[in-house]
Amino acid sequence: MAVALLIDDVTVEFGSFRAIDALSLAIDFGEVRAVIGPNGAGKTTMLDVVSGITRAKQGRVMFDETIDITRSSESEIARAGVRRKFQKPSIFEGLDVRQHIAIGAQGGLRRTLSPDALARRVEDVLAEVGLNELADRSASELAHGQKQWLEIGMVLASQPKVLMLDEPVAGLTDEETERTVALVRKLRRPDRAIVVVEHDMDFVEQIADRVTVLHEGRTLFEGSMQDARADARVVDVYLGR
Amino acid sequence: MKPLASDRPFQILLGVVLAVAVLLAVSVPLGISAYLANAVGQLAAFAVLALALDLIWGYLGILSLGHGLFFAIGGYVVAMHLLKHSSEVTGRVPDFMQFMGWSNYPFYWAGARFLPVRGLVAAVVTLLISGVFGYVSFRSRVGGVYFSIITQALVYVAMLLMFRNDTGFGGNNGMTGFSVLFGWPIGSSGVVIAMAVVSVLVLALVLLGCRLLLGSSFGVLMIAARDDEVRLRTLGYETLRLKLDVWCLSALIAALAGMLYVPQVGIINPRLLSPELSLEIAVWVAIGGRGYLTGAVIGAVLVNALKFWLSAAAPELWPFILSGLIVLVVLVFPNGLVDLAKWKLTRPMGVKRLASEAPELR
Repeated sequence: MAVALLIDDVTVEFGSFRAIDALSLAIDFGEVRAVIGPNGAGKTTMLDVVSGITRAKQGRVMFDETIDITRSSESEIARAGVRRKFQKPSIFEGLDVRQHIAIGAQGGLRRTLSPDALARRVEDVLAEVGLNELADRSASELAHGQKQWLEIGMVLASQPKVLMLDEPVAGLTDEETERTVALVRKLRRPDRAIVVVEHDMDFVEQIADRVTVLHEGRTLFEGSMQDARADARVVDVYLGR
Repeated sequence: MKPLASDRPFQILLGVVLAVAVLLAVSVPLGISAYLANAVGQLAAFAVLALALDLIWGYLGILSLGHGLFFAIGGYVVAMHLLKHSSEVTGRVPDFMQFMGWSNYPFYWAGARFLPVRGLVAAVVTLLISGVFGYVSFRSRVGGVYFSIITQALVYVAMLLMFRNDTGFGGNNGMTGFSVLFGWPIGSSGVVIAMAVVSVLVLALVLLGCRLLLGSSFGVLMIAARDDEVRLRTLGYETLRLKLDVWCLSALIAALAGMLYVPQVGIINPRLLSPELSLEIAVWVAIGGRGYLTGAVIGAVLVNALKFWLSAAAPELWPFILSGLIVLVVLVFPNGLVDLAKWKLTRPMGVKRLASEAPELR
C-alpha cells in the first residue's frame, strides 16, 4: 500500500525544549490512524509540522511518497491535498455556514471549480456533515459541536488526500460523538489517509485501524488499540492502571 | 454580508450622499453659501479617507496608523499641479523657490502642468510605497500592534522629510496660493461648488465600489482572513497576496481623498503627515463603527463637522471633546455609533452583551 504521509526523522525544538525528538511515522492511503499520548507528547506539534505552521529543525515530511513538503508554505501544503482541522474549532465568525464550505471547496485564490461544480460540491458537503438545515446561519450562532462539524466540512470540501483531525470530539456530547464516529467512518476512502489526534479512547477504538502512541516526542507504541491497552509501557505513561 | 438589495442602512446612506450632490449642484440659485459647500466638500474627502481605513481595518483587521502618508501623497501631487499652473497664469514664482533662491523647478516637477498625468503619478508613487512596505511587512508576518506602530513611524519619517526646505516640496511652509484650476479662478463660488460636487460624487462611487468588493467572493475572503488568518492559509489561500491587494487599494483610496482635499482647503504642508491626523482617522472610524462602511462615513462626517464648528466656537475644547468621545466608544460603544442604532431600552444588559459580541481588537 502506498504511503500517504511519511514523517522521517523529524525533530522540533522550542528553545531548549525538544517537542519532537527524531520522530518517524508512516501513514498509508486508506487507513485511519489515531495518534494518542499524554499532554505535551508532541501530537499537535507533529500536525503543525505537517501543515507547515512549525518548521522542523531536522528531518523531512513527504506526501504521496514523492512530494517533499518540509519547506513548503501552509497554503502550498493545503493545495497539495493535505488539510487539517484545528484543536480549537477555527471558523470565521463573520461568515455564514455555506460561505465556509465554499471557501474550503475553492481552496485557493485561483479558481479551481466552475460556479456550478462549486455549488454542487457545497451542497454535497453540507449534507455529508449534516449542516444543510443551518446553511444560511452565521457561524457565530452555531453550538460547539456544530462548529466542529463545520470545520471538518471546510477541510473536507477540497477532497483532501490527507485529512488531519485534531481532537474532533473534544467537548462533544455522547450523541454528538456518535455522529462524528459515523462521519469519520464515511470519510474513509482507499485514496485518502485520515490522521486523528484524540484523548477519547472509546472514540479512537471505534474509528482507528491503528494507533500510534507518542510520549515525549517519540513513538512509544504502534499497533491496534487492543494491543495498546495491553501494552505495559502505554498503560504506564498514558492509559493508567 | 447582506445582499446589496436588502442592505437598508447602506442604501439610505448612498441615497443621502447622492442627494447632497444634487443639492449642491442646484445650490447656486438656492443661495447656499460657497463656505458651506466647501465644508461639505472637505467632509466628503475625509469620508473617503475613512472608507480607505475601514476597508483595511474593519474588514481585514489591519490597523494602519499611517494613512495620512497616502492622503498626503495625493495632496502633494495635486498641489504641485495647482502651484505650477497658478504660477504660469499669474507669472508669480512660487514662494518656496523664491525662498530657496531657485530659478528653475526641480526635475521631478516635470509634467506637473497636466492634471491627468498627476493622477497617474499619485497612483504610481502610492502603489510603490504601499506595495514595498506592505510586501515586506506581510511577508515577514508583522501584524497587530507591531504593524500599527511601524505605519505610525513611517508617516512620522515622511513628515520629518517634508519639513526640510531643500526637498523641493515647499518645506515647512508647504504650498499655498493656488489661484487657478483648469484656468478658472479657484476661489469663485462656481469652482468651489463644482469641487464639492465632485468630492461628494467620488464619495458615492468609492462607497459603492467598496460595497461591491465586500459583497463579492473576494470580500468573503477578506472577512475570513480578518477572523482567522491561519485557518484561511491552511485552506490553501495565499493571504500575503490578499492582504497586499487590499492594503494597496486602501492606500490608493486614501491618495484619492488627498487629491480631493487639498484643492478645497487651498494649502498643503507637512502637518498633514503628523501622527495626530493618522490617529484621528482611526478615531473617526472607531466612533462611527469599525467594520461598517456606513459607520466610517458617518463617523468621519460627524467628528469633522463638530471640529469645524468648534474650531470657530471653542477651539481649546476640541482635544477634550475628542478624547471624551474615544473613552465613550471604548467603554460603552465598542462598535461605535452602530451600537446606538441597535440600542434597545428593553435590554438592560445591552452594554455588556454588545461588548462581548464586539470583534477582538487586533
